[in-house]
Amino acid sequence: MLSTPLIGDFSVAPENDALRAVRVGVITFPGTLDDRDAARAVTIAGGTAVGLWHAEANLQSVDAVIIPGGFSYGDYLRAGAIARFAPLMEKVVDAAAGGMPVLGICNGFQILTEAHLLPGSMIKNNHLKFSCADQLLRVENNTTAWTNAYEAEAGMVVPLKNQDGQYVADEKTLDELEGEGRVVFRYDGGNPNGSRRGIAGISNAAGNVVGLMPHPEHAVEPGFGPDSSAYGEVGLGYGTDGLRIFSSVLNSLVAGGKS
Amino acid sequence: MPRIVVDVMPKPEILDPQGKAIAGALPRLGLTGFTGVRQGKRFELTVDGDVTPEVLEQARTAAATVLSNPVIEDVTRVEVIPEA
Repeated sequence: MLSTPLIGDFSVAPENDALRAVRVGVITFPGTLDDRDAARAVTIAGGTAVGLWHAEANLQSVDAVIIPGGFSYGDYLRAGAIARFAPLMEKVVDAAAGGMPVLGICNGFQILTEAHLLPGSMIKNNHLKFSCADQLLRVENNTTAWTNAYEAEAGMVVPLKNQDGQYVADEKTLDELEGEGRVVFRYDGGNPNGSRRGIAGISNAAGNVVGLMPHPEHAVEPGFGPDSSAYGEVGLGYGTDGLRIFSSVLNSLVAGGKS
Repeated sequence: MPRIVVDVMPKPEILDPQGKAIAGALPRLGLTGFTGVRQGKRFELTVDGDVTPEVLEQARTAAATVLSNPVIEDVTRVEVIPEA
């Protein structure tokens, strides 16, 4: 079990036994960077974070899985290419087929495409530079397990930080994604990396598997997030627009009978 | 020891930002004879002993499943380079 020390005053965390009973697994690979941040985001949203190690073959009865950002196996072959073959990923693929909510953030999104849980792939940013910025996104589909706490067409500001963030897929796949409402997030206010059709995040056909390139887990805590928010004026570092991603999955699991 | 060489190239329709950056640099060095650059990857798989048909088949499988991502890349060569 991963202990996730909370540094600040987390009065934002709801005291709700039903939420706290939801177990959200966060996978750590060699080279993962944002696992603790994702675990803290789950805790701040009111749920229970469970640390999962890539080499194990047991999902520890979690109700949902987050594959966090970083550089799994150094991304030396291709982003996410080696992580896909980790023993735990087989279990994730099976669980995803059974409807378990799975979220891949940044490198996690890349791993989900390499694992064929999501279509397309990620290549180097079109400007060849590492991007790091507070990014405005639009929630294009607020009916997934990971986005139901957002209003329709809601905006959100979360950090974007990547080298291989350009989403690519063939035109047929892109048309399918658009036609089936599977473009979950789109970049707003400019395309930061040349992603096809401004796509920042997508889902699988069933809607339980979602990948997105920017980092909602870095925008959950007042004082440590972006300097702006899509929900009105905030103080420096006080953007917490990403928190609803984690509230969404807790809410949908509680509503689905998990207690 | 013999080696099996696997070449992987970005698909023609996929923008190759690295190749594009190199293509932009060449004219600055006065090398103006090229209309484009594509950057791929070369893998060398070393074999202890002979390259049997089974080993070559394993190399093809590795090329298709691990060494390349068919969404963005093509395997353009799987070939045995004998010992010098």
